Amino acid sequence: MSNERYIMRDPTAELSSVTRPRLNPPINLSGATIGLLSISKERSDEFLNTVAARLAEQGHQVLRFKKPTHTKPAPETILQDIVAQCTVVVEGLAD
Amino acid sequence: MELTAIVKRDCETCQMVVSVLSELSEKCQLIVYSQDDPTFPEALGSVRDDTALEESYRQGIEAVPTLIRHDDGVEVGRAIGWNQAEWQELTALADLGASLPPSRPGCGSRTLDPGMPERLALRYGGLTLNAREIEVPPDVDPIEVAYDRGWSDGLPVVPPTDLRVAQMLSGTTRRPDEIIGVIPPNLIDCTVEKVAINAVMAGCRPEYFPVVLAAVEGALKPEFSMHGLLATLWFSGPVLIVNGPVTRRIGMNAAGNALGQGNRANSTIGRALQLVVRNVGGGIPGEIDRSVLGNPGKVGFCFSEDETDADWTGLNIARGAVPGSSTVTLFHGDGVHGINAGLATNPESLTNALAMGLFSVTHPKSCEWGNAILVLCPDHYAIYKNAGLGRRTEIESMLWEALKRPGRELIRGAQGTEEGIDPERVEEMINKFHVGGLLVVRAGGKGGGMSGVIGGWTAHRNPEQVQIVSQEIKL
Repeated sequence: MSNERYIMRDPTAELSSVTRPRLNPPINLSGATIGLLSISKERSDEFLNTVAARLAEQGHQVLRFKKPTHTKPAPETILQDIVAQCTVVVEGLAD
Repeated sequence: MELTAIVKRDCETCQMVVSVLSELSEKCQLIVYSQDDPTFPEALGSVRDDTALEESYRQGIEAVPTLIRHDDGVEVGRAIGWNQAEWQELTALADLGASLPPSRPGCGSRTLDPGMPERLALRYGGLTLNAREIEVPPDVDPIEVAYDRGWSDGLPVVPPTDLRVAQMLSGTTRRPDEIIGVIPPNLIDCTVEKVAINAVMAGCRPEYFPVVLAAVEGALKPEFSMHGLLATLWFSGPVLIVNGPVTRRIGMNAAGNALGQGNRANSTIGRALQLVVRNVGGGIPGEIDRSVLGNPGKVGFCFSEDETDADWTGLNIARGAVPGSSTVTLFHGDGVHGINAGLATNPESLTNALAMGLFSVTHPKSCEWGNAILVLCPDHYAIYKNAGLGRRTEIESMLWEALKRPGRELIRGAQGTEEGIDPERVEEMINKFHVGGLLVVRAGGKGGGMSGVIGGWTAHRNPEQVQIVSQEIKL
C-alpha cells in the first residue's frame, strides 16, 4: 500500500456548516403585522387575497408585498421592507 | 559567459553532441543537466541530476539538447537541438562541432510528456489550487466519499485530484482564481477553478473546458434566469446546443443518437454545468429544486448541431454569432418526444405533421406559454431541401404559419377540458410560440422520418424575463 495521502479538491462553495437557529414563532398574533409576499405567479394574488380577507376578519394588520417575477429571487429591498415592517410573513405560491 | 546544457540519454542528438559538450567543458564554464540518467554523458565528469525535472521546468525547456548562455546571470540566448552555426554563434567558438552535420533536430523534453506540465506546475509552484483539500481516508473509495459528501447527481463522479484539476485548467488560458459569475441559488462567487473541479467530476476532458466555461457564463446571464429554472416545479433543465468549429475539435455527436448516450463530450459538458449549480450554487433536488417530476436530461443535456449542409445556417449564426465562431446556446428544456412523420412526402404535408407534434409542448391547448426546440432529422430536412426549401428561414416561416390555430379551439372549456387560453381570445388566430420561441436545430442519423421536440419551460410565457441565450466559446 502506498502511504501517499489521497486528496480531492472540494467542488462546493465551502460554506460553513453552522445552521442558523430559526426564530421562535410568536405565541399568538395579537398586535402582529402580517406581511403577505406574492411571488408573482398567475394565481398568487388569488391565494393571498383570500388569506388577507381571513386575517382582516380576525382584526390583524396586513401588508402586501410582491416579487417582480417568480423566476428570480426577491430583491433585497423587498426583503428589508418586510423585515422592517412585519412581525411574520406568509409567502404565497399558487399553481 | 556561463553555459547550461539540458540533455537526456534517450536522444540521439544529445548523444551526438557529447563531443561538443566535452569541448565546451574544457573551454567554458558549463553545467550539464540530464533529464533521464545522471550518468549521461559519461565523458563529462560531473552531470547534474534533473530526473525530477525541476531545472528543466524552471528553464522552460521544450526540446533537448538545449544550450543556454548567461552573461552575468542574465540569459542572452539559447540554441535548441543541434545547429552548428547557432551553437558557434552562441558560444563565440568558430570551429565548435566542425566534424558534426550542420544541423539535427533534438527530441522532446521530458517536461512535455503527457500530464507532465501539470504535474510540474503543481510540484514547483507554477499552479496553486485554492479549493479546500478533502483527504480520503486510507482504504476508502474516493467515489464513495464524493457520494457521502453530497457531490454527486446520483451517478459516480471522477475524483477531483490535484492532477486532474490541473489538467482541466490546462484547457483554458483563464486564471484559476478568476470569478466568472455568481451561481444561484445561494449566489456564490464561482471561480474558474471551481468550475474545473466540477468538470473533472462530470468526466470532461480538458479540451471541453472552454465549452463548459461558456455554458456556465451563459447560464448566469440574468435573462436566462437560472435560479427560476432550478427552482421550477416544471420538468426543465438547461439544454445546451453547441455550434461551430469546436464541435469537430472535441468530437461532439450531431449524427445518430445525438440526443442520447455514447459520446463523451455530449454526455459530460451538460453534466458539468449541472454539477456547478448543485455543488457551488447549492441547487439540490427536493430543496430549492422543486421539480414535480424532473427529466433524465437534468443530469446533463448537451448536443451539437449538424452543420454539414452548406445551405443550412447554423443556430448560432441565425442568432447573430460571427461565422466561424463557436457558440453554446442555452435553452430551458424538458425531455425529448418524437414526431413520427414517415409518410409525408412534400414540405407542406411535413410541416403540418411537425406542427401537430409541436402543439403538445406544455399542453396542446396552451399557446405563447412554453417555447420549443424542433430537432429536424436528416430525412425530414431532405424533403425540404429537395423541394428547394432547404434554408432555415424558409422552414421556420412555413412552421410559423402552420403553428397558428383558431382561438375557439383553444379557450378554456373547449374540447372538454378546463385547460386552455383566455376565452376573450375566442375570435383570434393564436400563435403557438412567441416570436423567436421555436428553435429549429438539425441533428440526427438517416433512415427514419422522425424529428424530435424538446419542450420548453412554462416561464417562457414571460419573454421579457426568461430568454434563450447564446454565449461565445473562447478557446
